[in-house]
Amino acid sequence: MNKAEQTEIKVEQEAGVSPEQDQGAVPMIEIKGLSKSFGSFHALKSLDLTIARGKVFGFVGPNGAGKSTTMSILATLLSPSSGYAKVDGFDVTKHPAEVRKRIGYMPDFFGVYDQFKAVEYLHFYGASYGIPKKEREELIPQLLELVNLSDKRDAYVDTLSRGMKQRLCLARCLVHDPDLLILDEPASGLDPRARIEMREILLELKAMGKTIIISSHILPELAEMVDEIGVIEHGQMIAQGNVSEIQNRLRVKRILYIRLLERLEEAEQFLQEQPHVTRLMRDERGIHVHFSGQDLEQAELISELIAAGYRIISFSEGQTNLEDVFLEITRGGDGFE
Amino acid sequence: MRNDTVSKDWRSKLINPVLDKEFRLRMRTPRTMWTLLAYLFAIGLFALSSIYLLNMSSGNAASFNPSESRMLFYFLSFVQLGLISFMAPGLTAGVISGERERQTLNLLLTTQQSSTTIILSKLLSSLSFMILIVISTLPVYSMVFLFGGISPAQLLLIFFFYLFLMIVIGAFGILFSTIVKRTMIAVILTYGVTLFLYAGTALIGYVAIMVSMQVSGSSASNEWIVHIFSWNPAVAMYSILDPNITREIVYSGSGSTASEPFLQLWQEFMLIYLVLAALAIWLSIRYLRPRMKQSGK
Ligand SMILES: Nc1ncnc2c1ncn2[C@@H]1O[C@H](COP(=O)(O)OP(=O)(O)OP(=O)(O)O)[C@@H](O)[C@H]1O
Ligand SMILES: [Mg+2]
Repeated sequence: MNKAEQTEIKVEQEAGVSPEQDQGAVPMIEIKGLSKSFGSFHALKSLDLTIARGKVFGFVGPNGAGKSTTMSILATLLSPSSGYAKVDGFDVTKHPAEVRKRIGYMPDFFGVYDQFKAVEYLHFYGASYGIPKKEREELIPQLLELVNLSDKRDAYVDTLSRGMKQRLCLARCLVHDPDLLILDEPASGLDPRARIEMREILLELKAMGKTIIISSHILPELAEMVDEIGVIEHGQMIAQGNVSEIQNRLRVKRILYIRLLERLEEAEQFLQEQPHVTRLMRDERGIHVHFSGQDLEQAELISELIAAGYRIISFSEGQTNLEDVFLEITRGGDGFE
Repeated sequence: MRNDTVSKDWRSKLINPVLDKEFRLRMRTPRTMWTLLAYLFAIGLFALSSIYLLNMSSGNAASFNPSESRMLFYFLSFVQLGLISFMAPGLTAGVISGERERQTLNLLLTTQQSSTTIILSKLLSSLSFMILIVISTLPVYSMVFLFGGISPAQLLLIFFFYLFLMIVIGAFGILFSTIVKRTMIAVILTYGVTLFLYAGTALIGYVAIMVSMQVSGSSASNEWIVHIFSWNPAVAMYSILDPNITREIVYSGSGSTASEPFLQLWQEFMLIYLVLAALAIWLSIRYLRPRMKQSGK
């Protein structure tokens, strides 16, 4: 769309401003050895992260892992204790103003000026980014259209629902046409319908060529739209790559779901002792089995079960998803507080 | 066309987005109206009741002599001074921490607005409301003014003094609002400082005089001690109302009343607090955003 063209033109124009010569070679985000301490507590420990232009990066990790901290540093709201973070080649501590021009930041928690109408709200931020009134008057209806809030343009912000506020905040991030979007849990607190809408908007933004870094707890949703995920825990990046790479590295090969007529507990014991079984989860009807073997081993597992006299209702092979990856990685990782 | 852009430029320089936003939002809250009304009511009540009391005592309802009118003017001026000192902390100590508590500050800080613009606009907008309030009391003043006993220059000077004091208290308010996380604590600290300006300096001055009298016998009090009083807003304002007071205080010890003192007390006051207010504003600007210490080491 013409928005995407606009973005490209802007990138070309700014090529002269960037401190590094070769535009294509400058990653959108470059973080090296980034540490942040709050007093004696180390929230980030020498974090490394590089995100190429135009990529969508999913930031995953348990509560308190340091996702928001990293994003605040990228948004120039926190200063790093050591190491550096660069956005489009600009160091966040040395050229914060240049960084701010290039980013649209959506914090995990944010407030709105209640007494503003939706349009006024966007006008205010547009003006704060130095966009002339004339341009804003054209731009803002487009933004409201993008986030499906056109019918709420004259509604006071405090009358909007949470999901609407969230989308309004997203529109706010876009008002100065930034190259990088830093979205801290943009879908938190939204109902399933609103989440799907949010995801559609994000896919549209991705199509416009924006680089996006997004953190979320709703992992299956991330999987469909991200190019890469990074898993952070205790302030360290413990895995980074595209989704399948990470899954491989973590050896969550397959997930089998076995439904049994009876003796579920016994079956769980039995499965525990079988080869290639890495993890088990039982619900009322059946057992989820994380399985690292291939087809042959899988066939053997079934015959073993049957040979042992377990009566199987169904046996299905599930898709491994990010949720499983997440659980796998962060297993037993809660004991640090 | 050119003209148009030039005037736009002027407008955008004078009214930046933050200021514009503050004005709009402030005027939209009913609280603004109520504060204004309550203030006018308080001042009006003071003025009318004191006129009534003066009438009672002089017994003559038809005429007012200048000295009585001056008394009334003094009284009103001090009441207004008190009200300003009481309101300024409340109006300014929440401007940054309030946005922080409502979680809008981070969004504002990631925009292109400079820290200086944000702080100065916030200060100006919160004070402009008080300026509006004080100006709206002018009719009450002119009532007194008509009876004579006070010069127009003095009246102007008093209003200038109010403005200055607002900026000073506002500067402290915004500093606490910036460096303290909670509005409640920022408000308390600002009230604390304001209280110190009045009661603290008076007490220190009084104790210093007592001590120096004890030490050096009776009359020869050190000249520097009386300058402690130029830290006090009430004393400073009184030196505008009664210009002789400076001489009397400054030379109270030495006995020589021959020459005019170098600076009036209120002038001294303004010099001192100009520096302090500038410092407070500078610190607020510096600490609004995180200190970007150079990374690498
Ligand atoms: N201002 C602060 N002062 C002290 N500690 C802090 C501060 N901000 C964050 N922390 C700590 O740093 C750690 C990382 O916090 P952060 O908010 O980055 O986690 P997160 O990954 O975003 O978690 P969540 O998924 O819950 O949002 C936490 O243990 C938190 O307690
Ligand atoms: Mg977070």
